[in-house]
Amino acid sequence: MTARNVAAIASRASARRSEEGALARRSRGGLWRSLASLALLGVTAGCTSFYEVPIETPIQAKLDVGAFRRVLVAGFISGGTDDVDANMETVRLLRSQLRTKTNLRVIEAEVLPLVQLAGKQGQSAATSSDTIPPVAELGTATMTAPAPSTAPAAAATVEERSKAEAIRTRKDLERYERIFADAAFWKKLGEEYESPLIITGTIMFTPQQTSRYEVENRETYDQLGRRVVVPIRTFRERKGFVLEPKFVFIDGRTGATLYSETQRREVLYPLSQSTPALASYFELMDQLIPDFLGALSTQKIRGSRILLR
Amino acid sequence: MILRTLVLTGALLTVTAPVYADARGEAKAQVEFGIKAARLELWKEATYRWEKATQLDPTYAQAWNNLAIGYEYQGRFDDAEAAYQRALKLDSKSALIRQNYDLFKEIHDRTKRRRDR
Repeated sequence: MTARNVAAIASRASARRSEEGALARRSRGGLWRSLASLALLGVTAGCTSFYEVPIETPIQAKLDVGAFRRVLVAGFISGGTDDVDANMETVRLLRSQLRTKTNLRVIEAEVLPLVQLAGKQGQSAATSSDTIPPVAELGTATMTAPAPSTAPAAAATVEERSKAEAIRTRKDLERYERIFADAAFWKKLGEEYESPLIITGTIMFTPQQTSRYEVENRETYDQLGRRVVVPIRTFRERKGFVLEPKFVFIDGRTGATLYSETQRREVLYPLSQSTPALASYFELMDQLIPDFLGALSTQKIRGSRILLR
Repeated sequence: MILRTLVLTGALLTVTAPVYADARGEAKAQVEFGIKAARLELWKEATYRWEKATQLDPTYAQAWNNLAIGYEYQGRFDDAEAAYQRALKLDSKSALIRQNYDLFKEIHDRTKRRRDR
């Protein structure tokens, strides 16, 4: 064995030793690191100074409906567009919402044609001091479709009358609103259905179109290739709908108005977009429903808060 | 004279400091317990604990914050408002208390608007 071989063996042995040392150090380092991270985790867990908790904030009902076990969505005086029967759609929607979201028993009755009832009330008020005709009589009379055998002349007068009765603006609606103050009428209706809470009101669902200049930022590149943002005025036309319901809550025992609230929501789409009126109606009603239900039952708003130590 | 004042102040601090420390310690224990209760959705118990904590140490901003949340959960909005205000007065720089308060305020204001309509 030459001196060179001895030196090589020695250097290999030393290299192995140093590798082992490094390995041991690495494993010791790993152990330390694990211990350190565990300790850190422990410290962090111990020192966590806040906790996020889910919370449900209750919003108290505006009306105390404890005295009622049943609710009657009687009908609405509706106006605006003819594309949607706002009276029927609103009654159906509110009944389904009340059935699922409140403890009140929903009475499935025929929808009252309040426009006609209020119209007759107006006529009778003009001719005599009598109030409107009996509820049942009016209800059946107006809920049935006109007989097909009616004379054309009579049909024409019905059409003319309905045209004359058509409610297009809020001002038209005001003529009919007296009916909500007729306590005798509502009391009589209440008696027919075992004194429930009666929900009625007005619904205006009108088309709307707007056109105006709007400023929008447009990106361009100049001759040197730099990005430049230029404000540009563009003429925009939009169309959509406005929904203005007035919900009236009436005590079926006395006929007195307990509470009423008016709301307004609108939706506008680009002119190129074709949205059916019924879709817009439901889109707007979706926004209104929580407020409507908030009048009758405690609503809960879900969120989260931070608890601190 | 100065020496006597210093001695007296020192003595006073020596006596009162542990009292405050004890109050904070007890209040902290109540807050801890309240947090545990709240996480188990026992909000009434939690609120009671935080009420105790604020009684023990009225300068404990975090306890006021938690108490405000407890009141909020129970729909006691006016009490919650007062408790949040107190927490913010004690620790105006806390972004977390401010965040809680802003979220509460949004709901509270909406409820107020609805009631006024």
